[in-house]
Amino acid sequence: MPHDHHDHDHLSPSGHPYRVDDDTALSYWQTMEIAVRELLVEKEITTAADIASQIETMDARTPSNGAKVVARAWSDPDFHAALMADASEATRDMGYDIGALKLIAVENTDDTHNMIVCTLCSCYPRNLLGLPPDWYKSRAYRSRTVREPRSVLAEFGVTLPDTTTVRVHDSTADMRYIVIPKRPGGTENMSQSELEELVSRDSMIGTGVAKAP
Amino acid sequence: MQKSTFTQKVRVKPMMPPGHVRTPAYLRGKTGVIERSLGDFPNPEDLAYGVDAKALPLHRVRFTMADVWGEECENGDDTLDAEIYEHWLEPADAT
Repeated sequence: MPHDHHDHDHLSPSGHPYRVDDDTALSYWQTMEIAVRELLVEKEITTAADIASQIETMDARTPSNGAKVVARAWSDPDFHAALMADASEATRDMGYDIGALKLIAVENTDDTHNMIVCTLCSCYPRNLLGLPPDWYKSRAYRSRTVREPRSVLAEFGVTLPDTTTVRVHDSTADMRYIVIPKRPGGTENMSQSELEELVSRDSMIGTGVAKAP
Repeated sequence: MQKSTFTQKVRVKPMMPPGHVRTPAYLRGKTGVIERSLGDFPNPEDLAYGVDAKALPLHRVRFTMADVWGEECENGDDTLDAEIYEHWLEPADAT
């Protein structure tokens, strides 16, 4: 599943992968987006530079934001308590504003494993993890995760015993979710910044676990 | 956390209205318990059409995999949580 989106047919004669040229006509909604964007600029409601800057800001967000939240939750009991009580507020205090949405942190323990999906579309905690990976938006991930989460996890290399309860969270409305992975053993003496390095993107979606030191 | 007018055990109404709704089809008619109540949020069924959207109570409802998929599920005690607007929920003992 993590590699389902790769298209191995698109290799050039020299063996280099390439992306097929986008030669199809614009769809109705693509045309609509361009028309609305041009009108907003023409009527001086926004500028092309502001739009480009917003896109750059969105693209600049990475899972390292989320990793800072997780490492702090592992290291600072007061922050951990605040995060579990009100994750929107606790992360806003760190400079990660989720806006009108709400954030819920769900924590993996010895007997519970959480994973996140959005069956309706691609809801994702973008302010903490950046843009979602392609597979997160695929029909396969969205439909299978609610039906057979353990099989999906196994394809990501996470095999759980029957004694671990799997909790799937379907982001259907205004909540966004971040998984706080279980802190790996042997990390007792590590600093917060060293711990951040162990927190992968997938561990915060719940399709992975934190790296061992 | 808000008090709900509902008992803990709820059923998702098995309605199939046309238009934009946020209640996944696979959960309609299924029974779960309210895991927590989230407060009031503008109704996406109105927001989608650009009309005034009344803020409605939203709940996180927890279903077991056995509740949702029956005997064919991987592990009946695993759970699935989803956010469901209150107007989609009814007490589970309703006929």
